[in-house]
Amino acid sequence: MADAIMQSREAAAERLKRAPLVTNNRSMSWITNHVASCTEKPAPTWWWIAFTLSSSLALVSVFCIGYLISTGVGVWGLNHPVGWAWDITNFVFWIGIGHAGTLISAILFLTRQKWRTSINRAAEAMTLFAVVCAGIFPAVHVGRIWMVWFLAPVPNSNAIWQNFRSPLLWDVFAVSTYFTVSVLFWYTGLIPDLATLRDRATNKFRKFFYGIGALGWRGGNRQWKHYEMAYLILAGLSTPLVLSVHSVVSFDFATSVIPGWHTTIFPPYFVAGAIFGGFAMVLTIMLPARAIFGLHDMITDDHVDKMCKIILLTGSIVGYAYAMEFFIAWYGGNMYEQYAFINRATGPYWWAYWTMIFCNVVAPQLFWFRFFRRHVLSVFIVCMFVNTGMWFERFVIIVTSLHRDFLPSSWNMFYPTWVDIWTFVGTFGIFFALFLLFIRWLPMICIFEVKAVLPEADPHHGHDDQAHAPVGALKEVAH
Amino acid sequence: MANFFPSWANWLPLKLLVIASVLGAVVTGGIWYYFTPKYTNVGYMPEQPVPFSHAIHAEQLGMDCRYCHSHVEVAAHSNVPDTQTCMACHSQIKALSPKLAAVRASWEKGTPVEWVRIHKAPDYVYFNHAVHVNRGISCYSCHGQINEMPVVYQAEPLSMAWCLECHREPEKFLRPPSEIYNLSWRPASAQDQLAMGAQYKKEWKVNPPVGCGGCHR
Repeated sequence: MADAIMQSREAAAERLKRAPLVTNNRSMSWITNHVASCTEKPAPTWWWIAFTLSSSLALVSVFCIGYLISTGVGVWGLNHPVGWAWDITNFVFWIGIGHAGTLISAILFLTRQKWRTSINRAAEAMTLFAVVCAGIFPAVHVGRIWMVWFLAPVPNSNAIWQNFRSPLLWDVFAVSTYFTVSVLFWYTGLIPDLATLRDRATNKFRKFFYGIGALGWRGGNRQWKHYEMAYLILAGLSTPLVLSVHSVVSFDFATSVIPGWHTTIFPPYFVAGAIFGGFAMVLTIMLPARAIFGLHDMITDDHVDKMCKIILLTGSIVGYAYAMEFFIAWYGGNMYEQYAFINRATGPYWWAYWTMIFCNVVAPQLFWFRFFRRHVLSVFIVCMFVNTGMWFERFVIIVTSLHRDFLPSSWNMFYPTWVDIWTFVGTFGIFFALFLLFIRWLPMICIFEVKAVLPEADPHHGHDDQAHAPVGALKEVAH
Repeated sequence: MANFFPSWANWLPLKLLVIASVLGAVVTGGIWYYFTPKYTNVGYMPEQPVPFSHAIHAEQLGMDCRYCHSHVEVAAHSNVPDTQTCMACHSQIKALSPKLAAVRASWEKGTPVEWVRIHKAPDYVYFNHAVHVNRGISCYSCHGQINEMPVVYQAEPLSMAWCLECHREPEKFLRPPSEIYNLSWRPASAQDQLAMGAQYKKEWKVNPPVGCGGCHR
């Protein structure tokens, strides 16, 4: 009898046991060596090819922006009534992608999700690079970029003061705050690993630059104590930002009176969409990086599985929001609102709308099945769909709402010019070039945090399993 | 490679921070002082093709501003007088003065005298002279003591902040309609000005625009 109970308890314990976060019983030194060596070995040929391609693409964007600034915004295809088009679409697309990193590093940190440790560094770096790409568009779309300082509340001889009731101004503050806090958070988390790279450095240059970056980190108890407190505070500061930034971005639209924009569902819908698109982009770049650098023991299939589940959840929220927009348009009884939504699905931009629905709502449903969450190629393909779909979502919201003006004589279509297209394509070059530099210069996985989730890091590791069991629990049964 | 950084490096970040803040303050202060219209534009006194003196014409001889700047009451633009206006007097008075050679040459050839413009609002500013002078704003408010200038220079910055100083508090500058072209007129006291200004503001319904569209149409 007792044996049977014991066996069933053991079986249950076996089932409840969490899968290890680092597989193949890798040791601490293996982790340090493996991650640090990615920055220490000479750059492989593929890296040079990829970097050349992406930085060339980045230059295309730089050229297009130079052409735009020197000539004027007329080189873009937007015109009345579509006054916002690819510029703001691209801005919202990139800023949305920039949400996953901080969600992973701040919210998952506060909720003690230890699986975040192996992906947070790269995801946060991706966040920063996405915000860099995002920041380009609102900056250059103002036309006279040398006047962009008008956005900053500084006393000036024009006596211009900002309109603090405008969500466009909130947007400037929200995005710049987000970028600043994200940089601080990312850098704080890097310090111990920069010290590791400094200590491993074999030449003066590396010693010098990583030495500066490490800020004199020695890894003493006091330093760790301060570090952990600083990191916790920054995580606490970042957490509301994850939710606020995209809420504020959605206010750019929601506080206007354009049918199709003027909806209260926008903030939560935008935040869910941002996390959705952000996680898809994290997987899009992590899966190739994992394959190339052989990081399967740290970024395991379980990690991918969990991220797929978040994509499924947020994708379903986004799908719900799409449905709810239609419901409210009908239930609200406003004919202009109704027209805006019927026109979205059946008007001249129907193809964009249904692309969005397929990519964002239908494709992620595959992740209900374990097989598709565990199959790298299917995960990658779904993520590419999500990336595409999230761009189309912003395009649909912006362009289809604007192209049918209140005055039917103003109705017009939007056609991008080559400058529109290449500026956007070029931002991918900027994004990937920055990411490639990141994986060469900085440890792409948080070495010290991954070591902390190893079984050896547990103070009770290696003790008798029952030594710390509650008094009279298992032992009593065994007798 | 132990002790790679010397011990003075410990204080380097703090020192750099101090230098950066001082530098930031100096640059901000420098731009605020040297790069704004009150420094760059005030006192601009270019050489004119004719050594015309407002001090002689407006102050000594007591000519009215409107004799030469004849459109100021009825048009947005206040004109610089044409050669014919000058010659109305100077065909008789000082008709052979070498200082007026350029005016006579212009009269003979039929080409205008190329005066150098001093007071210039940007092309995206729609300034209307008539509406100002007909509602209690004297030439003096923007052009300074021009009746005493032998050579004209810019007396006020004409920056947007400067415009708004008056648009926000016109009662500080409104004066009796009879004194608009009397550039030497002064209110008896600051209190008088405020009381009188407030009264004119109310009577004339002076409501200067402070939104963008007021001047940048």
